[in-house]
Amino acid sequence: MNIFSLIRIAWKALQRNKLRAFLTMLGIIIGVAAVIAMVAIGQGSKKSIQDQLSSMGSNMITIRPNSNVTAGARLDATSVQTLTIDDVKALQKQAQYINAVSPAASTRGQVINGALNWPTSMQGVSPQFLDIRKWTLKDGIAFTDADVNTAAKVCLLGQTVVNNIFASGENPVGKIIRFNKIPFTIIGVLNAKGENAFGQDQDDIILAPYSTIQKRILATIYFQNIYVSASNENTTQPALAEISNILRTTHRLKPADEDDFAVRTQEELINTFSSTSQLLTVLLTAIAGISLIVGGIGIMNIMYVSVTERTREIGLRMSIGARGIDILFQFLIEAILISITGGLIGVALGITASRLVTIFLSWPTLVSQSSIILSFFVCAITGVFFGYYPAQKASRLDPIDALRYE
Amino acid sequence: MGTETVRALKGVSFDVNAGEFLTIMGSSGSGKTTLLNILGCLDKPTDGDYLLDGVNISGLSRNELARLRNNKIGFVFQSYNLLPRTSALENVELPLLYNSGISSKERKEKAVKALEAVKLAERMDHKPNELSGGQQQRVAIARALVNEPVMILADEATGNLDSKTSYEIMALMQELNQQQGKTIVFVTHEPDIAAFSSRTIRLRDGKILKDTVNETKKSAKEVLAAIPVADDY
Repeated sequence: MNIFSLIRIAWKALQRNKLRAFLTMLGIIIGVAAVIAMVAIGQGSKKSIQDQLSSMGSNMITIRPNSNVTAGARLDATSVQTLTIDDVKALQKQAQYINAVSPAASTRGQVINGALNWPTSMQGVSPQFLDIRKWTLKDGIAFTDADVNTAAKVCLLGQTVVNNIFASGENPVGKIIRFNKIPFTIIGVLNAKGENAFGQDQDDIILAPYSTIQKRILATIYFQNIYVSASNENTTQPALAEISNILRTTHRLKPADEDDFAVRTQEELINTFSSTSQLLTVLLTAIAGISLIVGGIGIMNIMYVSVTERTREIGLRMSIGARGIDILFQFLIEAILISITGGLIGVALGITASRLVTIFLSWPTLVSQSSIILSFFVCAITGVFFGYYPAQKASRLDPIDALRYE
Repeated sequence: MGTETVRALKGVSFDVNAGEFLTIMGSSGSGKTTLLNILGCLDKPTDGDYLLDGVNISGLSRNELARLRNNKIGFVFQSYNLLPRTSALENVELPLLYNSGISSKERKEKAVKALEAVKLAERMDHKPNELSGGQQQRVAIARALVNEPVMILADEATGNLDSKTSYEIMALMQELNQQQGKTIVFVTHEPDIAAFSSRTIRLRDGKILKDTVNETKKSAKEVLAAIPVADDY
């Protein structure tokens, strides 16, 4: 008895009662469609959360110098100077998991515009800094690599600085201000970002090319920080290892030496993100599990009824030479065919449902291949699991009793 | 629950020769059904031997019995036992599906041939509910023939049919027996049916009461021809 004949027999048996086969499938169809649609909605919202988080710069990595114990007494991290432009260039050239690098050299000082002045901090960065922090301009333009090369005296103002040194309604772009007695031309204004998680005003800042700060104000070759953005949230961890390797090489550290730098990620944001997606996954898995169990019980129920109703047929099949295992497989394959066909219809329905949700409710949905493949396999397994007991019952019938069953 | 052993058959011993048309008769409780189950390899004797085509079934497993039933026995039941909503042809093909040595082309050829043998070739696409009782039973006979068994086992095969149709079925049985040399064992309680066979075994209380060769075997065809044609209603 080969498998094709068994599938043929099972298929014909199902065709003899199409309506019931369909009703049995309905449980699985609804279950799978619900899973696909739920997962699509879940993935969609997960993705929109992900987008929001990465717009907050969740893939940003901060490198800062670290105190080294070579001199006995440890020094405060800010007074240690180890990061130079060579590190930035090495990271730009060699690292695969990062897509932007910006050094940062900052200083505090008094900014003066006419009669108004304000104490603030000026950060010397590269043009990529805005991408890394996902900061955007409200007005004007950003400085370029050419400005960095020439140590141009240009700057971008944060909103707090604008509010404090300009009268309301006045356009600061193109104006010249003085910072620590050096004149800077304002070429742009940053969008307001509000406070960060620690209550610091993120708008109380002036951005300028790092070379300008290094050469014209600080007279140093060192940076306080290097900001890096990983290609995405998932590459943050490999990026960390990669950065560490590259910096150890450029700093010529021996294997036994401690790192003279520290690398930090936005762990809080990442944890928020992963706990959100974990909650979604658990919730959806639970829904998927329940609906498939309900569908499976439907199959089991109908298969039991079917076995009882078809007792004479089973007796007949046995009397003309079907073995117990042939009967077992026939009913098992019937159950699997029901669940797989139901699964296929359910997948189609689920995809349609999630499209409709996007069209009519404008919720973001994302139908993932893995949820389709998974629910399909779970269907097949449900068929086997819930079809087995009725099939076994059928296969163990005594042909004499079965033939005379009324 | 009864723990008492009921001996349905006691000391029953007989041979069925190839090409014989044997009827087994007996009132209910005579052990007919038990004997039929044993002959059909559906049941094994608790004691004693049954040799079918030289094979002793006492030592066989359930699966081996199933194969034996598939290859060597063709059942015909009182209530036809055709699969509903399934064409006559597919019903006849059914035993061949459980015989892995047969291709689907061969299966169809054999099924068509079996249906031709019962003169139902033109009805092969009809479903059981589109056939009369006599035609359904002929489909069942075709199903019994299709695997070329050594013995056809009929269990009250005419029990659900009117007398005219019964004679038609018996005429078919006789034809299969005489022209194609099929061995037929026919269980019945109707003496007029037994009259068409070549030998009759009568059972009572699990014992063989009589085992007689039927000298005056009637031809079902002739009986059928003798029935006056009833007016159509």
